[in-house]
Amino acid sequence: MPDTPMIAIDRVNKFYGIYKALSDVSLNIGAGEFFALLGPSGCGKTTLLRSIAGFDNPSSGDIRIDGHSAIGVPPNLRPTNMVFQSYAIFPHLNVEENVAYGLKRLKLGADEERRRVGAALEQVRLGHLGKRRGHELSGGQRQRVALARALVLRPKVLLLDEPLSALDKKLREEMQAELRSLQRAVGITFVLVTHDQYEALALSDRIAVMFGGRIAQVATPKEIYQHPRTKSVADFLGGMNFLSGRTLGQTASGLTVETEKFGTLTLSLPEERIEVGARATVGIRPERLRLLWDDERAPHELTGKVVNRAYFGETTHLLVGVEGLEKPLSMIETNTHGADDLPIGADIRLAYDPEAFVLLADDPPVERVH
Amino acid sequence: MAITASHAPAELAPPEPPRPRWSASEEASGLALISPTLLYAVSLLALPILIVFAYSFWSQDYLTIDRALTLENYRTALFEPMYQDLLGRSLVISLVVSLVTVAISYPIAWFISFHGGRHKNLWLFLITVPCWTSYLLRVMSWKVILGYQGVLNTGLMSAGITDQPIASLLYNSNAVVITLVHSWAAFAILPIFVSLEKIDRSLIEAARDLGDTRLMSFVRVVLPLSLPGIISALLIVMIPTVGDYVTPKLVGGKDGVMIATAIQAQFGKGANWPLGAALSVTTMIVVSAMAGLTVLALKLVVRKIR
Repeated sequence: MPDTPMIAIDRVNKFYGIYKALSDVSLNIGAGEFFALLGPSGCGKTTLLRSIAGFDNPSSGDIRIDGHSAIGVPPNLRPTNMVFQSYAIFPHLNVEENVAYGLKRLKLGADEERRRVGAALEQVRLGHLGKRRGHELSGGQRQRVALARALVLRPKVLLLDEPLSALDKKLREEMQAELRSLQRAVGITFVLVTHDQYEALALSDRIAVMFGGRIAQVATPKEIYQHPRTKSVADFLGGMNFLSGRTLGQTASGLTVETEKFGTLTLSLPEERIEVGARATVGIRPERLRLLWDDERAPHELTGKVVNRAYFGETTHLLVGVEGLEKPLSMIETNTHGADDLPIGADIRLAYDPEAFVLLADDPPVERVH
Repeated sequence: MAITASHAPAELAPPEPPRPRWSASEEASGLALISPTLLYAVSLLALPILIVFAYSFWSQDYLTIDRALTLENYRTALFEPMYQDLLGRSLVISLVVSLVTVAISYPIAWFISFHGGRHKNLWLFLITVPCWTSYLLRVMSWKVILGYQGVLNTGLMSAGITDQPIASLLYNSNAVVITLVHSWAAFAILPIFVSLEKIDRSLIEAARDLGDTRLMSFVRVVLPLSLPGIISALLIVMIPTVGDYVTPKLVGGKDGVMIATAIQAQFGKGANWPLGAALSVTTMIVVSAMAGLTVLALKLVVRKIR
C-alpha cells in the first residue's frame, strides 16, 4: 500500500438517536485497491460507504479522501462516484443521457461529450443500447449503465453498494469477473459493500469484516479466510468447526492448547495476549477434515458416525458425530470417492492436520446503546 | 414461434385448438362485469353532452324549439364582441388560476413529501380541512377578508401600511383569481404529492453524486419526474374554473364576469337554449385546446432543461 492512503477513515462514530451505527471505525484504503466492506445486514457497512460518498455525515471522527478532509463536503464536490444498489437509472432519460448526466456540468462540448459517453458505454459493452430507456434493460444491463455513468466522470474512488445482489447467480458470477477486470483496466480505488462472503473473497484485494458497527478484521481474502481473528469472523466467512480448549503454555513455535479429541495443538500466537490456563476457542475449516477410505492411514485420525448429509453436486457436506465432542463436525468432501453415497449412520474415519487449526478470540461485546 | 411452426413438416403441425366462443372469453366476462357502471357513465356523461351538442344547432323562438339545423348560434358565440370578451377573460382567468395554484401547491406538496416525516398523513388531512365546509361558505369568507371594511383592509390600516381602505380588492378579476386559487389548492396538492412520492429517492442521491447541487438535482430529476402530477393538477384546476359560475357571481363584480354567467343567462332569463348550448360547446372546445397547448408547452420546457 502506498504511503498516503486514498481514503483514510479516522475514529469515525455515527449515531442515529441512541442507535450507534458506526463505532470507532478506523481504516485506510490504498490508491488502486479493490476493497470490500463485508458483514451481515445492519453491521454499518452501508453507513460507512454513504459516509465516504457524502450522503451521511459521521457524528465524530474524520474521513480524508485523497488527503483532503471530506467532513462537510457535499457529495457533488467529492472525487467519488457511486453505483447504487437499485442502480438509480434515471427513468426519464435514455442510456446515453444517463451516462452523460454528470458530464453536462463539465461543458465539454457536444463532440467530446459524445466521445466520452461512447467510450464509457463500450467499456461496459453497451455501445449498441444507447437509445434504450432504463425500463427496457435487463438487470445486468442496468448495472452496467450505472457503472458507465459513474466511471465516465473519472472519479478517484468508485463506491459500489451491493451492486450484484439483485442479479441471479449466473449473471452475478459473470459481473464479478467483469468488475474485477474493469477495476484492473481503470486502475482506480473500488470500495465494494457486500454481504456475500464469496463475492468479497473473489473480488477484493483486502476485506474489512464488520459486525455491529465495528470493524472486526481487515486483511487479504486468503489471510482472513485462513486466519480469522474472532469466532464471528470465522463463522461469517464459510463454515468453521469450533472446539473449546485450554491454553497450556507458550513455546518458541507458538501457543499450545489442549483440546478434547484433537489432543494438544500448537497454534500461532494471536495478537491479543492470552493467559495460560484460560479457556480458548480453536477452529478448523470443514474442508481441512478428510475422509479416510478402506485401509488408508493418516498420522492424526478420529472415528465418527455420519449424522447428516447434503449433496451439492461437486461436493457433499457431511455432519459427523464424534463421541466426546459436544457438536458434530461438519466437513466437505469432493464427490470423487463416493462420499455422496455414504448412508446416514455409517461409521467413518477422518484425518486432520494439527497445523490447520486456528485460535479464535472471543467477540467484543456488541455495543448498541451509547 | 410462428416461423418455426411454418417450417415444420405438415404432419407434425399441431391441430388447431378449437376457437372458444366469444361469449365464454375473458373479454366478454370483463365487459359484462363493467357494463352496469359503463351504462351509468355513458348515460350520465355522454348523453347530456350529446343533447347540448344537438341544441347548439337548433334555434329557439320564445318557447318553441326549431329543429332545423343552423350555424347561427356559433356565429353569435364566436363573433359577438361580448361573448368574445367573456370567453377570453374566462380563459385568461382559468389559465392564471391554474398556473398560480400549481405554483403555490408544488412547494406545499414537495414539503409534505420530502420533509413530512412521520406526519405526512396528518399534513394531507389538514389540507383537506377547508373542503369540509361548503364551497359557498368559503367563497363568502373571501368576501369578508377582501371587503372594503374587511379583514385585510382593517389589518393593513391598523398596521399603518395604508391610511384608507383599498377599494380594488373585491369585485374584480383579481378577487376571482384569489378565491379560485384557494378553493382549488387542495385538488392540486394531492396529484403533485402523489407524483413526488413515487420518485425513487436514490435517483436524487444519484444526481447529487454525479455532481448536481441540491437545486440542480431538483430541476433535472425531481421536476421532470413530477411532471405527470403537475399536468394533472393543471388540468384539474383549469378545466372546471373556465366554467365557474359561483365565484365570479359572488366576488367578481362587473369586471369579474365569466362565460358561465352568460351561459346561465341564455338558459335562464335570455330563454335562448340553443345559444347557451353553442356557448357551452365553444367553451368546451377552446378550453380543451388551451389545456392541450399548456401541457405541450410544459413538456417542451422540461425537455429543454435536461
